[in-house]
Amino acid sequence: MTNLIEIKDVRHAYRTKAGPLPVLDGVDMGVPEGTFAAVVGPSGCGKSTLTRLVAGLMKPDAGEVRLHGERVTSPRRTVGMAFQNPVLLEWRTILDNVILPLEIVAPRMPRAEREARAEELLALVGLQGFETKRPSELSGGMRQRASLCRAIVHKPDVLIMDEPFGALDNFTREDLWQTMRDLRRSEPSTCVLITHDLRESVFLGDQVIVLSGRPARTQYVMDVDLPEDRTLDVLYTREVGDMLHVLRDQIKVAQGRGADDAAPPAAPPPGSAAQGVAGPGLAERAR
Amino acid sequence: MIRQVAVPALAILAFLAFWELIVRLNGWPDYVMASPSDLPAAYARFWELFLIGSWQTLWRTVAGLALAVLFGLLLGMVMGFSRIARDALYPLLVGFNAIPKATLVPVLALLFIGQHNFNTVLMAFLISFFPIAVSVGIGLSTLEPEYRDILRSLGASRVTIFRKIALPKTLPEFFGALKVAVTLAFIGTNLVEIVSPHGRGLGALFLSGQTNSNYPLMFAVLIALAVLGIVLYYAVVWLERTFAGWAERPQT
Repeated sequence: MTNLIEIKDVRHAYRTKAGPLPVLDGVDMGVPEGTFAAVVGPSGCGKSTLTRLVAGLMKPDAGEVRLHGERVTSPRRTVGMAFQNPVLLEWRTILDNVILPLEIVAPRMPRAEREARAEELLALVGLQGFETKRPSELSGGMRQRASLCRAIVHKPDVLIMDEPFGALDNFTREDLWQTMRDLRRSEPSTCVLITHDLRESVFLGDQVIVLSGRPARTQYVMDVDLPEDRTLDVLYTREVGDMLHVLRDQIKVAQGRGADDAAPPAAPPPGSAAQGVAGPGLAERAR
Repeated sequence: MIRQVAVPALAILAFLAFWELIVRLNGWPDYVMASPSDLPAAYARFWELFLIGSWQTLWRTVAGLALAVLFGLLLGMVMGFSRIARDALYPLLVGFNAIPKATLVPVLALLFIGQHNFNTVLMAFLISFFPIAVSVGIGLSTLEPEYRDILRSLGASRVTIFRKIALPKTLPEFFGALKVAVTLAFIGTNLVEIVSPHGRGLGALFLSGQTNSNYPLMFAVLIALAVLGIVLYYAVVWLERTFAGWAERPQT
């Protein structure tokens, strides 16, 4: 299967007063069409920079980001974005917030058609009846649902999410995981999710990519071999427990603290297929 | 609704009663301090002058404010989008704002001799554009990048992002500044009317009351000014409710 998103040895540094601050230093990842990639890593490791590169909002200093094999140099309309902050426009109703991308992407689409599309999505995430409400009248979880609808209303083939569930309480977050899972069934797209939550990465992801601490490189990739329509119960199985354990150890390595047993386990746990623990070596190999 | 009207009305009545009371208790004659009961006579005698003066004061204030809104928005946009412009203009603006505007009255009077209307509008403008420019500038420059990104990631142009997001998002700040600016513009207009000779408007009427030692007239003008100020202020509040009412959270 070809990768819809292909990131090869991407490097990027921010120019600051104290000189260049490298944030990405050899990030590699490939996301096959229709699959879900979860990216985890220590805080401040440059994960958000990665989303901006994929969205074409920034260009990397070196390396390449390709969508459909084409190099990304500027924003493209086939991308949808959601952030930790739902950034809904307070002066618009929920319905009009969801419609916003269509005003840019499909300016000729009749109003009724736009509304129908937005209503359909709002119903999918359980927000029917809230179309005419203002964002300030909704709870945090509901706002994030609306934000997800806005991200996919124009049927993007790539959905980029930067910790969209990060600011929610645990139960609301689990609700939204299930919403996300169901959304993917009716609105298929290739997803990149940045998260701090390992359970979230395993529940939603088809692969989990662990980035090292800043400057970030791809440290570890885990294929999540779980059924498509997983339920929350799966998180309490032995299999997933083992996967979480491996990821946890990888995060510790990324934080520079070393895993409990000083080395990543030699054998990947059942149900996952580790594609290799990369030291600085992976970047070299990719070149 | 009844409470909204009755409470402020009662407060005003209480204030007038208190004023009347201290004047009577102290036995001040009206050339020391006029009391509310002296005012109706003054209004009745000079009502035509009050109407003319109010109109002159009002239209010049609004004209100056309109200029301030245009210029302030423009300046705020420049400062909001360009760091260089912000760095360059800020000290200039702050310095200009710090100059007591009364000192500018003779300057303007000499620059544009005899252009009384023009001078007054200009002063109302000069005194009131600053808060508008600053708030719009700050509002635009502090727009969270995610707001821009949701449209920028779709390839929207800068103009579109400004029209759909930055401008409406800045409206509450703009109206906050406009409430300050409307009062300032009003003060600017009156300043010129009172300080410059052969003035017009309510300020000139105040000055003539002073010249003729007609103290009830002076106080009547002050009250008229207060009423006009209230009218202007609530006009802005009404505009705010209409265009930025979404920013008002429902009170629970």
